[in-house]
Amino acid sequence: MINSQIMSHPVLLQGNEAMVEGALAAGCRFFAGYPITPATEISEAMSIKLPALGGTFIQMEDEIASMGAIIGASLAGVKSMTATSGPGFSLMQENLGFAVIAEVPCVIVNVMRGGPSTGLPTHVSQGDVQQARWGTHGDHPIIVLSVSDTWECFALTVKAFNLSEEFRTPVIILSDEVVAHTREKIILPNPEELEIVDRLKPTMPPEWYIPYEDTPRGVPPMGIFGDGYRYHVTGLIHDVRGFPTERPDEIVPFMERLFRKINQHFAEIQMVEEYLTADAEVLVAAYGAVARSAKRAVDDARSRGVKAGLFKLITLWPFPRRVLEPHLRQVRAVLVPELNKGQIAREVKRINQGATRVETLSRIDGRLITPDEILARLLKL
Amino acid sequence: MAKRVEIRLAGSGGQGLILAGVILAEAAGIHEGKFVAQTQSYGPEARGGASKSEVVISDEAIDYPKAVKPDVLLCLNQKACDTYIFDVKPGGTVIVDETLVPHLPTSRAVAIPFTHIAREEVGRDMLANIVALGALAALTGIVSLESLEAAVLARVPRGTEELNRKALKAGINAAQKHLSAKTAQTAPEW
Repeated sequence: MINSQIMSHPVLLQGNEAMVEGALAAGCRFFAGYPITPATEISEAMSIKLPALGGTFIQMEDEIASMGAIIGASLAGVKSMTATSGPGFSLMQENLGFAVIAEVPCVIVNVMRGGPSTGLPTHVSQGDVQQARWGTHGDHPIIVLSVSDTWECFALTVKAFNLSEEFRTPVIILSDEVVAHTREKIILPNPEELEIVDRLKPTMPPEWYIPYEDTPRGVPPMGIFGDGYRYHVTGLIHDVRGFPTERPDEIVPFMERLFRKINQHFAEIQMVEEYLTADAEVLVAAYGAVARSAKRAVDDARSRGVKAGLFKLITLWPFPRRVLEPHLRQVRAVLVPELNKGQIAREVKRINQGATRVETLSRIDGRLITPDEILARLLKL
Repeated sequence: MAKRVEIRLAGSGGQGLILAGVILAEAAGIHEGKFVAQTQSYGPEARGGASKSEVVISDEAIDYPKAVKPDVLLCLNQKACDTYIFDVKPGGTVIVDETLVPHLPTSRAVAIPFTHIAREEVGRDMLANIVALGALAALTGIVSLESLEAAVLARVPRGTEELNRKALKAGINAAQKHLSAKTAQTAPEW
């Protein structure tokens, strides 16, 4: 996590605007998208700022094409991003899978609104959590981060680009209408304060380049189109040279590497934030805008003598199981408040294995769960 | 408990309530160094649907970004007034646009004809939000009038600065007139 908020004068930014600042700071120079509430401000700000930095903004005909465009840009060596909401995110799923299998770094922002379908365009939801994990078909790993305030919209967008470059994988940022449209004061750090990661490039002569060769990290160096490192990019399962294969002895190592490159770096990828968890007897596990309500509820519960703690998920997928497990053995009960019918609660229950009691608190009317709603449940746990 | 002040600005889409919220947040956050969170809630319509903007101002980092019990409620139409009047914190300030809110649910409400003032004194209906902001700051002291003016001028379209300054002044004058009329009557304090 980037914690230092040093220097310069403060600005009042929406979550959406802070994401644009984060993307540009991370080196994003290509954005393709199609406007949709509540993500439109990201496109809007990108369309103004990218050309001034020598980057490219394209409004595509739809979200399918938007996803295709950012994959193409990334293959050409440009850090790229798109932003959408539920209906557009559904359209992006097919090409998202292509980015996974072809190992193309890119960042996809989904500002969640009420669904299914066009649902509640201007109202908040967290209904796409499982879709972000499993929306594209086929067995695959994916990294999904969740933001809960304006600063995180900046910092975690930088982080998302870094992870996508480091692991050659699409990274999804799940925001929501409340976080996206809340304006808060932030101090944008100097570029030199930030850690910026760039993909590894091949250093051998082009004729020796084996594009999908295994490495100890499981992430092969990525040749840039036009640099002379010619290779074949396909959505079919491919051999180390990038050509389609149906041989089990090539399929298995490829699929295993795809998972291994993420799995062996869980410690780095799985980010959480803990608040008053050390002596907690009841725990709230929350993410996104709801985590803010939960923090207030934890403080209020403590002032009434209930030892509550907050386990805030920043990385949603891969689910930070190893960090949560010790808490499950320690607390009397866990409450999972969400703006859906229990999509993360389902995951907490899955890993709980009877260690403690897991309760859900759902709100699905397009409004944010209030601190009082969480407090009322905490006092009864 | 840190000092946390919550302001809700409510009316219909197109009245400039979200911009008013942004300006208020910038006055408190950027010009006065407080922690601020400005949120909004609106319907899918471009104009005419219910619209609400909230500003939370605090001495420490803000967790829940929306208003729980507003200290100040500004209503620019009857429906907003009827919907939100009873959410206000006891002893809180209710300010309504007298032009568009004919029926006051409480005698404690401060009624000032913002739209009328904007039309007659400033020359443009659409500046009612800035008139109201001036009155809100003068009535509550949540932000200083200097900070507010600086924030207004930084946000409004270039070329409209004078008009906006005039609107702000008109709002402040109306509020001060209200305050001096109130002190003249010797109302019982309880």
